[in-house]
Amino acid sequence: MDPVFLSRLQFAAATMFHFLFVPLTLGLSIIIAYMETRYARTGDKLYLQMTKFWGKIFLINFAVGVVTGITLEFQFGTNWSRYSEFVGDVFGSLLAIEASLAFFLESTFIGIWIFGWKKLSAKAHAAVMWMVAIAGNFSAIWILTANGFMQHPVGYTIRNGRAEMTNFFELLFNKFSILQILHVLPAACILAAFFVMGISAWHLLRKQHIEFFQRSFRIALVFGLAASILTGLTGDLHGTHVAEVQPAKLAAMEAHWETQANAPLILFAIPDEKAGKNIVEFGAIPGLLSFLGYHDFSATVRGINDFPEDERPPVLIPFVSFRVMVGLGTLFIFLTLYGWFRRNKLMESPLYLKIMLFSIPLPYIAIELGWVLAEVGRQPWIVYGLMKTSDAASPVAGYQVLISLVAFIAIYGLLGAVAFYLMAKHAIKGPAVEKP
Amino acid sequence: MILETIWFFIWGLLWAIFFMTDGFDFGVGTLYPFLGKSEDDKRAMINSIGPFWDGNEVWLITAGGVTFAAFPKVYAVMFSTLYAPLMLILFALILRGVAFEFRGQIDSPGWKRIWDLCIFIGSFMPAFLFGVVFANIFRGIPFDGQGVYHGNLLMLLNPYGVLGGLLFLLLFLLHGANWLGMKTDGDLNIRVAAVADKIWIALVPTAVLFLIATWFATDLYANYLANPVFFLIILCSVLSIFVVKFYLVKKDYFSAWCASATTIVTCTFFGIAGLFPRMFPSIIDPQYTLTAFNSSSSPLTLKIMLGVVVVFIPIVIAYQMWTYRLFQGKLTEEEMEY
Ligand code: HDD
Ligand code: HEM
Ligand code: HEM
Repeated sequence: MDPVFLSRLQFAAATMFHFLFVPLTLGLSIIIAYMETRYARTGDKLYLQMTKFWGKIFLINFAVGVVTGITLEFQFGTNWSRYSEFVGDVFGSLLAIEASLAFFLESTFIGIWIFGWKKLSAKAHAAVMWMVAIAGNFSAIWILTANGFMQHPVGYTIRNGRAEMTNFFELLFNKFSILQILHVLPAACILAAFFVMGISAWHLLRKQHIEFFQRSFRIALVFGLAASILTGLTGDLHGTHVAEVQPAKLAAMEAHWETQANAPLILFAIPDEKAGKNIVEFGAIPGLLSFLGYHDFSATVRGINDFPEDERPPVLIPFVSFRVMVGLGTLFIFLTLYGWFRRNKLMESPLYLKIMLFSIPLPYIAIELGWVLAEVGRQPWIVYGLMKTSDAASPVAGYQVLISLVAFIAIYGLLGAVAFYLMAKHAIKGPAVEKP
Repeated sequence: MILETIWFFIWGLLWAIFFMTDGFDFGVGTLYPFLGKSEDDKRAMINSIGPFWDGNEVWLITAGGVTFAAFPKVYAVMFSTLYAPLMLILFALILRGVAFEFRGQIDSPGWKRIWDLCIFIGSFMPAFLFGVVFANIFRGIPFDGQGVYHGNLLMLLNPYGVLGGLLFLLLFLLHGANWLGMKTDGDLNIRVAAVADKIWIALVPTAVLFLIATWFATDLYANYLANPVFFLIILCSVLSIFVVKFYLVKKDYFSAWCASATTIVTCTFFGIAGLFPRMFPSIIDPQYTLTAFNSSSSPLTLKIMLGVVVVFIPIVIAYQMWTYRLFQGKLTEEEMEY
């Protein structure tokens, strides 16, 4: 019972579960704030109904996002105490700032939003929802900055046997974090948009609440289209930066084994990590990897076999995750673009609506795989180039971690099932009919 | 030296605010199954803390985050040696948090009973365990120079630890009862008043016993004997307990609540002042003890974080106070729906 391995499993389970709920919180809060603003501006009751209907689903999702986040904040100490000691000077401050700047705002204002319908004017109430949306996205910015430090440490020096901060602004303006922020926030918006569009499609296919769901669909569509394009663009930039600062990850996500100039991009392969090559590969496009990584067709790209054996990340997982994420990302652009041209003829496009209904899980898959790529591809480092994951775990007994891991899986499994069931129940029930 | 000292007290203050704010909703949640007879009572009790509990819980996250930022070594050793109780607290908080949201979603008695239980466990366990953990910290935790814990969960349940747990529980119960007194009326309010009296009667001997036991089980009083002004903290604490009684008799629950808030803050500072500069004492060998001076962050980090805390914590307090004002007074008819 190796506490390192168990802690990794536990951390992966806890963060991935947290991130099943986080993106919907981030994206849907903006969509709802927009709907409520429309209501406050125009007085159109339909927008109020929309706010309440999507708000109800939002709150169920939000509750799970909050409670699963609390455990994460403490897991660095419980399971990664060596890591915490080593980077606390830099990393801890970002978490503390996140709590005192963002979480307070978010949790205080959500309380006002839920209970303040009769206490505040329509405009003030809408403003409160904007606060929630801003605070949520703000918290994401801080945690991503923290993660950016683990991916590409800057603004520190090694002193007293630990990483100490030397430049706070370098830390804040870490290019890696900024690219993560620009990639993850729009990705969250894609997820929320597809969520709204999918549920709307369900009702439109049944020809019920037509006006309500057409409007919801169109709002989400615009939102999703913009977010899809942005996510793709920043993803590309992100890739070039990874090539620059994390060459081993780039090699792994492309299953690129031997260092070579004019490196090809391989569309499909079955990598064999033991043999250090791909067993099967086809669809190699000459020079494209060099171009994507360095915007130069003849650039040399380091291969995995060129890295010391104890600094090689796994290959298969990042490789597959990357391909699926990019594939889905491209699909999202097409789906939303097509929808844009059909936006006034939604009712006459049942096939498209059906596709959108069944697309609800796709952004979830893409967003989780994105993280898997980023985190697994970073291995064996916990802080890239500075500290190995194997040196980072707490000196706690393996059985303790095993017990908590089992408890996590059981409780989270149940919570997840209940939360998605309740969301589905509300989604299917549809908006409350206005009381006279 | 000065920076570390300031940070030590900010650290104590954040824990104190956390106990003061989340304390009353822990209290309400623990009283919930006993006082909530009808569905209306239950709804009233949940809604009385509905707008606040999440914001209150963020004080815990902030206390944890600030420990991480300002005293990374304390964060690392404290949370890994206290792995088991902390995990229990976290699971309890998870269940409680979703219970508030999930409970009302399906209209069936069985469903509601499940989440009622979660609200109770999720409030009772943290209240009690935080007391156990802090009493044990006062005593010293068995960990070595590598931060390895030589003990198990049951060892924390020594008599002094359990006494600490009881003390916290009673404090939070009283605080919660005062809150309910302020928020409810009718039949429920009468039951709350009766319960508050009983809690108060149990609290007084527990508190006295704790003060005495601390003399024998810990060396917190060393700091008090060296600086007798510190005894004022104990005096305030004891006085405020009687002030609570005074206002309970007058049925002025708002003042009683303020007084119980004072009790909780001064009780926390009773420990903090006794610990200084120790933050996480080792009972194996004092040389392993983590103090504000041997486990703090670099001066740069401390300064940046000081700036953040000095600017933003007052802002947080300001808008949280605004929320409290917005929802002040008895629950109205319209606040009963959800
Ligand atoms: C990209 C965004 C993002 C990422 C990568 C993470 N989170 Fe998160 N987190 C949020 C975005 C978010 C959020 C959207 O802001 C949440 C969801 C619900 C909420 O209240 O805020 C949240 C909630 C949330 C809470 C509860 C706040 C409350 O009680 O109101 C905590 C303590 C954390 N998170 C901590 C973490 C930690 C330690 C993470 C790193 C491993 C982490 N989160 C990853
Ligand atoms: C919320 C989205 C996130 C997801 C889904 C995610 C996913 C993962 C996964 C799958 C692993 C396991 C990798 C492995 O062991 O092979 C992991 C590890 C880890 N991640 Fe993340 N991660 C997320 C965000 C973060 C953030 C924001 C941070 C830091 C602030 C972080 C810090 C860590 C740490 C400390 C580990 C454990 C050590 C390690 O295995 O590298 N993660 N994460
Ligand atoms: C369309 C083309 C896309 C490209 C070219 C792309 C590219 C990338 C790259 C290069 C990374 C860096 C991984 C690392 O940090 O090592 C990444 C990470 C990530 N991607 Fe994508 N991506 C695309 C679409 C998407 C979509 C559609 C989603 C989700 C809806 C998504 C979600 C994520 C997430 C959550 C991460 C991890 C966080 C991060 O490192 O930024 N991506 N992506």
